[in-house]
Amino acid sequence: MSEARSDPPPGGATAAGPPAADDSRGIELINVTKRYPGQRTPAVDDVTMTIPGGEIVVLLGPSGSGKTTMMRLINRLIEPTSGKIIVAGRDTLGLNPTELRRHIGYVIQNAGLFPHMTVATNVGLVPQMLKWDRDRIAARVDELLELVDMDPATFRGRYPRELSGGQQQRVGVARALAADPPAMLMDEPFGALDPITREHLQDSLLRLQEELGKTIVFVTHDIDEALKLGDRIAILDEGSRIAQYATPKEILLDPADAYVEQFVSGGQMMRLLQVSRVADVPLQSVPEAAPRDDAADVLARIRAGKTGFGIVLDERRRPVRWIHPEDLDGVTGPIGTRGMATATPIRARSTLQQALERLIQIEHDWVPVVGPRDVYQGTVTLGTLQNALREMKDRGRVRRRGTADA
Amino acid sequence: MSAPSPEIRAASRTDAAEPAAALHAPTGRSWRMLLEPVVILVVGAAWMLYVETSDLDSIEERSLKPRYVWQKTWEHIELTLVSTLIVLLIAVPLGIVLSRAWARPATPFVLAVANIGQSAPAIGVVVLLAVLLGIGFWTTIVALVAYGVLPALRNTMVGLQQVDPDLTDAGRGIGMSPARVLGRVELPLAAPVILAGIRTTLVLMVGTASIASFISGGGLGDMITTGVTTQRTPVLLTGCVLIGLLALLIDWLGGVATRLLAPKGL
Repeated sequence: MSEARSDPPPGGATAAGPPAADDSRGIELINVTKRYPGQRTPAVDDVTMTIPGGEIVVLLGPSGSGKTTMMRLINRLIEPTSGKIIVAGRDTLGLNPTELRRHIGYVIQNAGLFPHMTVATNVGLVPQMLKWDRDRIAARVDELLELVDMDPATFRGRYPRELSGGQQQRVGVARALAADPPAMLMDEPFGALDPITREHLQDSLLRLQEELGKTIVFVTHDIDEALKLGDRIAILDEGSRIAQYATPKEILLDPADAYVEQFVSGGQMMRLLQVSRVADVPLQSVPEAAPRDDAADVLARIRAGKTGFGIVLDERRRPVRWIHPEDLDGVTGPIGTRGMATATPIRARSTLQQALERLIQIEHDWVPVVGPRDVYQGTVTLGTLQNALREMKDRGRVRRRGTADA
Repeated sequence: MSAPSPEIRAASRTDAAEPAAALHAPTGRSWRMLLEPVVILVVGAAWMLYVETSDLDSIEERSLKPRYVWQKTWEHIELTLVSTLIVLLIAVPLGIVLSRAWARPATPFVLAVANIGQSAPAIGVVVLLAVLLGIGFWTTIVALVAYGVLPALRNTMVGLQQVDPDLTDAGRGIGMSPARVLGRVELPLAAPVILAGIRTTLVLMVGTASIASFISGGGLGDMITTGVTTQRTPVLLTGCVLIGLLALLIDWLGGVATRLLAPKGL
């Protein structure tokens, strides 16, 4: 046990990047209906839906759309009237519901921590029910608290009342992850938090997910939260009719019907900025040079390009300086350290919104974009973003007209 | 450490702030806990002094002999404890059953029966039972139990009903069986209210146990009856004072027990 407590060696599962989508960990709903006695219309009406393994799927809809009901059907807190639900390759209806729920993480609004148990006891509940031994549970609790950015020594002995709302919800997520379930259900987990904390926790969840690759069903009524977190979004109408089930971008660019449109209308472009990444847009190419390149050579390259200037990269292809023809007047031999330092680069993983913000704030019109290890990928200007957005919008319009004609 | 509450409130705004730990400290002010037994001791001692120093005739002398007083007090305690125990054995399990979803239809009927038990005058019930069951200790116990079930039952049910449904849902959602939800979530969270019900029952039983005297059930009621029939005020008053002090003492013990037994963190 003492050996097992040491940290996993670097280059283990985490360094291998996010686990690939895996159908064996996904969730499938097949013709699922839930009818409550005494109600004419079913709460969930013949829903068929596949939630791919390792993805975050957001169920988005107004209250009364049956999104929570749909989620609770998955871990059988609500029994379906008919239909079939398959979680990680196993038919849930053939399993003992209590047993099933121990293998599906469950996070609710306000965290639902038991106030009379310490943080450690709360987090260790599922492992305890699975009859892990005491040392293993204690080790796992500490590991999980670290994972959700809470210092185990400080927090393990505290009671939920002694934590802030955000901290409680972190512990709630840790509790859901305790037995390393393949799937997690999250029912408006951040709904009761103040906007700053909520944003914080959303980021934490995305970072966690990058590492863990769980299959997550996330219920919310907040379109922005859905767009931010979801790999896919299912927009639900009354009776859990799935109005559209698609990626955030598709939903913004190509709403399936008037209902979806009404959901995303208003600030559509701003939202598009939030869900698109710099890596997705065509970048400007600028003539490239290295410090030891010959000045005449570089000058020729700049003349051949359309921008009228070039960018100097260091030996690891990290952007360092802009170089203009004036800088090279009368220079022979290597260009060395001539030119003007570039602005801090924008990362390719940033959203267009973040990029836009940078571009507006700084004095430079041109900002280099870097990928992993700060390697130069291209250059971005306000115009680049404008064009990219216009193009996305046009493509959406064409597609919509296409479907309308069909 | 000294003022945790504003810090906790502030902490809820920013995730990073750390609220000060304060829940482990004993709750409440400790000098208050000691006030009650001190009052009981002072009043008891003062009464003993008064009885010692006053002129007593032979009847009073006989009725106030320490051995006799102690015997009556002990009988009274026995009546109280036995009846409370039986009340709890009936009321707590019944309260748990009635708070289950499937038993909800039965709730009004059971509560009606318990209501009858409490609203029927205890003296009438005890006499009626004596006619049916004969006189003595156990008949008194039956009457006391009938009288005391309702408060304990009510508190058990209310205690369980006020448990946040989100928490039982969370318990079910993470894979607790219904029995485990009851044992690890519902009962601990209902404990303060259930314990308060037990305390109420004890105090109720101390007072009502005086009626045992009417059917030879013993207890401090005997001293009151003797005092009244022989017109000896010191005897009558001694009985009354002792019952009062006993009730206060048991209430205090109940309070201490509630503090010790209630789960931390609430």
